[in-house]
Formats: sequence, C-alpha cells, structure tokens
Amino acid sequence: MKIKYNYAYFDEGSKREIRRAMLKAVAIPGYQVPFASREMPIGRGWGTGGLQLTLSLIGKDDTLKVIDQGSDESVNAVNIKNLIAKTTGVDLTDDTESASLIQSRHRIPEIPLNSDQILILQVPIPEPLRTVEASEFTTKRLHAENEYSGAWLMLFEQIIKYGQMSTGADHPVVVADRYVMAPSPIPRFDNPKMNQSKALILLGAGREKKVYAIPPYTRVVSLAFNDYPFQVEGFKDKTCRLCGAEGVYMDEIIDDNSETASYQCNDASFCLMRLNGGN
Amino acid sequence: MNDFEAPILTVKRLRKQFGNGCGKCHELDESKLEKNYCPMCGTIYACRDISFDVYKGEILGVVGESGSGKSTMMQCLYFDQPVTSGEVFLQGYKDGSDNLFKQSAQQQRYIRNHWLGKVYQNPIYGLKMNFSSIGNIAEKLIAAGNRDVESMINRAKELLTHVNIPLFRMKEPPHNFSGGMQQRVQIAKALSNNPPILLLDEITTGLDLSVQANVLDLIKQIQRELNISMIVVSHDLAVIRMLADRTIVMLNGRIVETGLTDQILEDPQHPYTQQLVYSLL
Amino acid sequence: MGYVAVKGGTLAIDESIKRLKFERLKNQTVLNVKDIEGGMRGLIDTVMSESSLYNRESAAIAIKQAEGSVEEAVFLLRAYRSTLPRKHYSNTIDTQNMHVERRISSCFKDIQGGQILGAAYDYTHRLIDFSLDDEYLDDVKAWLTEFEARQGGVEQSDICLNQLPKVTEYLRQEGLISSYEDDDNEPVDITKKNLEFPTVRSERLQMLSRGQTGAVTSLGYAALRGYGDLHPTVGELRVGNVEVYIDNPLGDGNYHDCFYLGQLQITEVETYVARSTNNNTDNSQLQLEIGYGACFGQNETKSIAMSMLDLCLETDNPKYPTQDEEFVLFHIDSVESTGFISHLKLPHYVTFKSKLDSVRKTRDKEGAGNED
Repeated sequence: MKIKYNYAYFDEGSKREIRRAMLKAVAIPGYQVPFASREMPIGRGWGTGGLQLTLSLIGKDDTLKVIDQGSDESVNAVNIKNLIAKTTGVDLTDDTESASLIQSRHRIPEIPLNSDQILILQVPIPEPLRTVEASEFTTKRLHAENEYSGAWLMLFEQIIKYGQMSTGADHPVVVADRYVMAPSPIPRFDNPKMNQSKALILLGAGREKKVYAIPPYTRVVSLAFNDYPFQVEGFKDKTCRLCGAEGVYMDEIIDDNSETASYQCNDASFCLMRLNGGN
Repeated sequence: MNDFEAPILTVKRLRKQFGNGCGKCHELDESKLEKNYCPMCGTIYACRDISFDVYKGEILGVVGESGSGKSTMMQCLYFDQPVTSGEVFLQGYKDGSDNLFKQSAQQQRYIRNHWLGKVYQNPIYGLKMNFSSIGNIAEKLIAAGNRDVESMINRAKELLTHVNIPLFRMKEPPHNFSGGMQQRVQIAKALSNNPPILLLDEITTGLDLSVQANVLDLIKQIQRELNISMIVVSHDLAVIRMLADRTIVMLNGRIVETGLTDQILEDPQHPYTQQLVYSLL
Repeated sequence: MGYVAVKGGTLAIDESIKRLKFERLKNQTVLNVKDIEGGMRGLIDTVMSESSLYNRESAAIAIKQAEGSVEEAVFLLRAYRSTLPRKHYSNTIDTQNMHVERRISSCFKDIQGGQILGAAYDYTHRLIDFSLDDEYLDDVKAWLTEFEARQGGVEQSDICLNQLPKVTEYLRQEGLISSYEDDDNEPVDITKKNLEFPTVRSERLQMLSRGQTGAVTSLGYAALRGYGDLHPTVGELRVGNVEVYIDNPLGDGNYHDCFYLGQLQITEVETYVARSTNNNTDNSQLQLEIGYGACFGQNETKSIAMSMLDLCLETDNPKYPTQDEEFVLFHIDSVESTGFISHLKLPHYVTFKSKLDSVRKTRDKEGAGNED
C-alpha cells in the first residue's frame, strides 16, 4: 500500500478551512478563532499549530525560513523544515530577508520584517487568562465582556510581591485596544516588534486548536501600569562575543574553562550575516 | 419630583422562581402554595413582586427569617443571579429609566464596578482567598479602569486603615485572617470605588458578639462620613434596629410590612412582624 | 574571515534517526506484519480505538514501526488519518443487529438470549504459560481442527445471534427507564470542528471513545471509588460485528438504496445508575439512567469506563473533577497529552533566560534593601 501525499501534506479542503479561520482571525485582531486542528506527523506541543498555518499558506513560489529559539539549526526547526520541504519542494533559507514565510518558535527575528513577509509563531497556551481562570467556558465569556481585570491583577500581585512585574516570556499584550492576547513565549524583548509591524503576524496553537492574528500596522501594547512601565530584558553593556552586536537578544553561554558567562546573539542568522560582512 | 426627593434605587415587582411553575401555581395564588413553594411541581417562589425604594444616604433594613427570599433578592440586585421578571432603576444611570436587569452583561459589569458594592455573608464569595488583601481591593479598582499602582496602593491602604486592618498584614491573603477581619477586607473592597450603593448581606452572622459590634460600628461610621445608601439584610432585628432608618419585613418571598424602623418596632402591624418584635429581647 | 555556517543540527538529527532504526533492527529480527495482525489482537484493538481509525493492517504496520509503543503507533495512525479525504458518513448502526460474539449482563442472572461468555480473559487464570515459548505451527493446526470439529457435537440453540434483544428494551417496557424522543440532530464531528463548551453528548462520546485507554480507565476508576457520584451496574456488554452502510450518493434517499462497505468489530456497553427525578409530586422518584460506551475492537475496560464517564458528565452540578467536562475531555487524548508533555524536551532556553532575568531583577531589588 503506497500513500501519495497531497502538496503540502494536507488535502485542499483542510487547507481551505484553515485559511478561512486565519481570515477570520485577521478580521478580529487578537481574538482566538477556534479551528479543527488536525493531527500532524510531529508531536502536539512541537509546533503543529504553526505548521498547519504554514502548510495552508505555502505555495511553489514561497521561500521558507524556520527557526526555534532563534536558531535555524535547532532540533525543532530542522524537523519542521524537513517535513515541509518533503511535501512541497519549496526553497529553504536561513536568511531572514529572503524568506517570504517565516515560522518561528519563541522568537521574532532581529531584522525588521517587510510587508511581503508573513511571520507564523508557534503557541503552546493561547489563553492569556488561563492562570487566573482554568475554565475555557469562563475565559471565553471574559473576552466577550472585555473583562480583563484578572490579567492586570496578576501583574499587580507580582508588583506587590517583588516590587516589579515578574513575567518571563509571554507577557500579555492588548491588541487594537480591544483583545488581550498571549504573544506566545517570545521574550519581552520581542513584544515591541509586534506593534505596527509591516508584516502580518499569525499565531497558531495546534493542541488548543486556536488561531489568532495581528494584521499589519496594528497597535499592540504590552500590559503595564502607568507608574510601572513595561520593561524588556536587559543586555546593558553586553556585546556578542562572535560579531560584536549590541542591543539584541542574547544567549548566555557558560564557559567550561573560565566558568564565567559570555554572551552571543540569539538570532543565529543575524549573527552570521554580521560575521559575513552584512549590516 | 426634584433629584433630592427621587429615590436613588427603585425596585419594581422583582420576581425570582426556581423551577418551571405549573398550571396550579403560576398565578401565585396564595391558597395553592405552601409558604413559598408549590407542592404540585416543586417550584419555589423565592421572591414575589418585591417593590421598594432606597433614598440617598439612607440605610434600608431588610429583615426576615431564612427562606424569606431576602438573600435571593440581594443576589438578583447584584446580578449574581438572573431574575425571572421585574425592574430596577438607578438614578443617574443613563437617565434613570433603563431597567438594569435588561442591560447587557458588559453593562451589568460596569454597573457592578462603578455603582454597587456588596459584602457577602461568606467571604469566599466576595474575596479571592489566594490573592493578597491589597490585591483584592485593587481588583475592584482595576475593574473600574485604574492603571496606577501607587494610587491603588494608597487608596487600598487608606481603606484598610479605615476598617482597622493593620497595614503590615496587607500582603497576606484573606485566607489567613479571622472571620471578622475577612469581613472588614470585604467592606474595604466594596467601598473602593466609592459606590453610591452598598449591599450588605448578613455580614455579621456567625461572628462573635464583640466582633459583630465592631463591624456594625464601622458601618455606622462609614455611613455618617460618606453618606452612602445601603441595603442591610439580616434575620437579626437587633442589627436592623441599630443600623436601619427604614425597614421592610419579608416573609415567604413577599414584603409584608414596611415603614420607619422605630415605628415598626414600636407598633408592628402584621402578625409576623409582631411575632418578631415581641421575641426581641 | 571565511563564510561561517552552522550545520550541526541537521547532521545530529539524521544520525539520531539512523540510531533509532538501528535499535529496531539490531537483533536482526524482521517482524512480519502478518504476525502482528494475527497474534496481537489486543494491541491492534487498543491502537485502532485510540487513533479512531479502523484498519487492522495499518495498525499492524504502525505497531511494527513504533516497535510496539502504543503512544507512537497511535500518533502514526492519527497523522495518517489526517491525510485521508472524508467523503461519506455511514448510516446509523443499530447495534441490536450486531453479530454477537460475546454478550453479558450483570443486572440479571439470566437474560433473553442468554449470557454468552464468548472469548474473554475474565475467566482465565492469569498464570503465565511458559510453554508458549515452544509453540509450533503443526500443533496449532491440529488444535484448530479438533476445536472446529467439536462445534458439530454441541447442542445447537435456536437463538439468532444477530437479533438478540437489548436488556435496556426490556427495562424500558416496564417504564423503569425514561422513554425519549428521537433526536435526529446531526452529531457534531469533533475532527472537523473544535470542541465548544458546554458540549453536546455527541462531542463527549467521541472524545471518550478515542481517548487514551489508561486515562479513560483511571478517571472511570476515580469516579467509582469516590470522586464521583456513581453506583453503576453493567446492564449489557456486547462484543461483535456490525455492518456499515452508506447511502447511494447518487440515489434518492430510498432506504434500500445503499451500499454495504463491510463489518467492524466493536465493543458496546450500557451501564445503569439510579437517579432521582422530580416528578410532579413532593416525592422524588428513582429512575434508571443509561451511560453509553462504545469502542473499535474488543476494549471492554475502556468501554465500561467510558459509559461511567458518560454518566458523570451528564450532571448539571459538578462536584467532582470527573464531572467537570473541561477537566475530563481536555486531558484524555493520547496524542495531545503525550505531545504536550514530550514538548518539554524541546529547547526552552529563550523563555528560561527571560525568567532568569526576572528572578535576577527581583533579587537585585531586595539586595538594595528596599522593602515597602
């Protein structure tokens, strides 16, 4: 029994259904649109949401970049790239600027994207209110009634306890002054990149079966109080040990010999580009 | 009728039933019901055509035994439960002629956050037990749109001091507090947005007598200082006597007597009220 | 500096995949798919049920590829299922017409048609038979011949095995089970539409039927032990083959104008609990309510647990986690639960760095001695 897969793995009907869900998401910025998420050949929690969005959008003329934690060579990224390449034959690239579709886990690339590109983010938990309210039935109503005091209260409690907000990654944002959204576990450093982005940003949660979107040029503001503004992770005085870059998100590397920490660009292709004489 | 004389809150023919009713009882014919309950279909008529007014700055007492419907009525007024039928109007909300029960869920949240405050008999319903006390108060401020941490902390401290909760305990969750302290945190929370109307539902029931006295004193003091209108529900006539200017008496879901508290105590008309008053030590 | 490129990741993954294949082949055992199909009925039934795909051959291949891991095999089949076009829905199957192979009831000592024990492990003694290490085809053939010959000598009954009445019907006639109105609403297809809360029964039953066997069993056990409101009895358990028909897509809806596709083996369970109803009088009455469980293949434990959870989730008033539909339905799917847990093995250093940053900042602040 030999199976022949359709272009981009899915049958056309599925792709169409997922695209419709994406269109609805674009029409209501920040709102989680449910969709019938299919099982994929990679595990739930490994990017099936993002993957389904990419496969429904991709065409022969696209150039694809896939990153995980900023790296093109990370396990997850390679896995996904291979699957897509096998079922579509599209060109792959590590270079951010030449990609038309970028699927990413947990980072937004350092180089600003343009209006010909689409960024697809992988989301584990799409519901920003989940830590205050376990029930899906209730959180859906809270979104409908614009009742977000729970999200603010969470941040308030952190300030009371620690003197500042202590979210790590996935700090919630308000989209187009209406829906509070989970930006996916990108570091706080990347939240500002979502505001007024030239590229369309789509976010897919496969296991939770939700897709949501930030259309280009949408106002995206991280939740904060007037007197406790939103703060990104600090890399003051740190430069990349390989390319010398500053002001980008960096990985901390513990040196085996000296036992000190040094820093290196997290966005690997950005670093490579600088090393090879670009920028 | 000028604004001074118009009631701040008007309730008209509030009805709440649990169950679908049946041919025999839906006319609410007294003779067919046993107390507030229909023996044919098991429907309970918790509130039957409750109507009353609350004037600005007054404390209205609601007294009745358990099962009289007074707590159910309070739940309906705070949108904790939907009514079966009836109207309620708030002077100053829109133009005072929109039935609050028919407003959208968003609007009802808005009214709860800006116009009403409620203190529940059981603090579990009014507080998030696992959040700090100061956080509990801030929740209401946040819901009303406050986005300034320092001002919220200051306001919360002000309120906690007002209700005699020592500030060094403000980061603790109410979970750790005694019953009386939990009630006081609730009161602080309910007052945080300066609501014109406060709903107090059996707030001293179950507390030690000395603690009760404490809480009641606090209520009286708040009322004097802030001139808030209140509806105080209690089955204890002594509490009503201490706090309320006017009183309504409920029995089996109906109001059976209303009037000035003093008058009712001195000269009760309805046999049930008489029973209540005469049993007051 | 020359062109720098980092390619380590791809190489490492390729090697890992080869290593995995090595693990499967290193003993030079070439498993025959037919062997799995022929001798691992239980594993195939579990895997078909959890992947909600009825095909023994595909299940056997998946089991071979997964080296027997149920988690992996179900994953393979579900992913395969995702690629299959969905062209038809079958007609409703009336299990009264099941070709019964096994059928028992705990409710009554004797039922119309009899208690048919069929093939089940229930009556065996769980003593490992080491002689199975020495089983030969010739002996097997001889045993089979003898077994089939026996059947002729046993007293034939005149019971028709595909017309056995349901125990439920009998109770219904006595009025002990509420009658119901026919509900011709199309069931929701959860593979085409996301679950919405509150759910309808068709959604719950589908989730339960394709739930991970262990998860469904555990929750059923919890419900029985005290984290649920149940005192159930198994009214009827059937294992047998049902026929699948589809309407002629070009036809005019005539009942007889349909195509026969084949047979499925399923397990079906109807469980009873007594629940009170308020019946126009002061006194409550007790009534029997039915919990329903059904799975592909012979999956008795899972089907019984499913029927109990069906009953638990029918309550309006959840007191226990087994009655909370979000708690139950969101956590019993094998692909989702194993996927999410295993995703923790993925790199998380960016998010972790973010968290480290916060932790460090709060410690700095404390170090500066500023407590309110």
